[in-house]
Amino acid sequence: MGNGTRLGKVRGLGAAGGGVVHHWWLQRVTAVASLFLVLWFAFSLARLPSLDYASARLWLSQPIVAVPMCLLVVSVFWHFRLGVQVMLEDYLHGSKRVIAMLALNFYTFVLAAFALFSVLKIALPAA
Amino acid sequence: MAEFSLPPNSVIKGNGKAYPAPAGATRTKSFKIYRWNPDDGQNPRYDTYALDLDATGPMVLDALIKIKNEVDPTLTFRRSCREGICGSCSMNIDGANTLACTKPIEEVKGEVVITPLPHMEVIKDLVPDFKHFYAQYASIKPWLQTVTPAPSGEERIQSPEEREKLDGLYECILCACCSTACPSYWWNSDKFLGPAILLQAYRWLADSRDEMTGERLDALEDPFRVYRCHTIMNCANVCPKGLNPAKAIAEIKLMMLERAG
Repeated sequence: MGNGTRLGKVRGLGAAGGGVVHHWWLQRVTAVASLFLVLWFAFSLARLPSLDYASARLWLSQPIVAVPMCLLVVSVFWHFRLGVQVMLEDYLHGSKRVIAMLALNFYTFVLAAFALFSVLKIALPAA
Repeated sequence: MAEFSLPPNSVIKGNGKAYPAPAGATRTKSFKIYRWNPDDGQNPRYDTYALDLDATGPMVLDALIKIKNEVDPTLTFRRSCREGICGSCSMNIDGANTLACTKPIEEVKGEVVITPLPHMEVIKDLVPDFKHFYAQYASIKPWLQTVTPAPSGEERIQSPEEREKLDGLYECILCACCSTACPSYWWNSDKFLGPAILLQAYRWLADSRDEMTGERLDALEDPFRVYRCHTIMNCANVCPKGLNPAKAIAEIKLMMLERAG
């Protein structure tokens, strides 16, 4: 490892590779997808005759609502994970970043799983 | 963590000497200049020099040269061409990185505050250490690379249209105004190549004669070398040559995307 020279330090362990461009691209794709899905969500809520528990539950039980709702959860949580990863990479270095990334992944996957489960619990008929 | 505060020995401690304007000066301007001497063990300070504008050239570099020649020969800065083509006199003037030689004094309202390029190690006064910046430049192999042997006895042909693709790229003078204005470069300059070097990298990716595009992209495909750019656009805002490094970086990302399919 030629880190005894300035050029050696810059070259370091080499480029990580692994299609990093997909991370950048998916962040843009999920941003646009979330924009449309959040607009749909806001308009749909606004058009509901009432926002009480029973009517919201009835609304969410329709496939035409539950499916975009699941997509909204996936898109927003995915975008969140990608975006926060960028911030962590910007400001944290070394082991702090590894720990923060683990926490981020745990937080995102657990919350997204709960959100999807909640939607499906209402949308799918009880067995 | 990224370092957001200066280490104790880098904090600017108060104002140093004040040099008054010459007697009889009617149109005076004050220049507040960062001073640091590696040999005296002191913290950096600001010295203030009042100049008679009627006896000073129009540019900030004219004022610096006048101060060094006539007021305080210890003031240290880099300069060479005095016409914006060598990139030596890049520094932070009135809060923005630029070339002292192409920055008119009259554009600055009030006192002219001059500091070295931000987030660079200072060698003395306004002279920053460019060694890491140059190593990053060397790392992108800024020269023509081909597999085809060089044609014997003739030049490598490039059409006017192909040559046009280098416009907005070849003009870069590597003054580092852009890189040292970039927050991403401040926090991650150990790995992030920064706008200046990435614009140069794209200059070779865009060259119709270069045949190492794939290898060049391989070397850039890294979350830190390229993707710390978040299109903050400070680079394009400060570039004294009017170039747009952020656009060059976006072009690199598009090339990556194109080859990923």
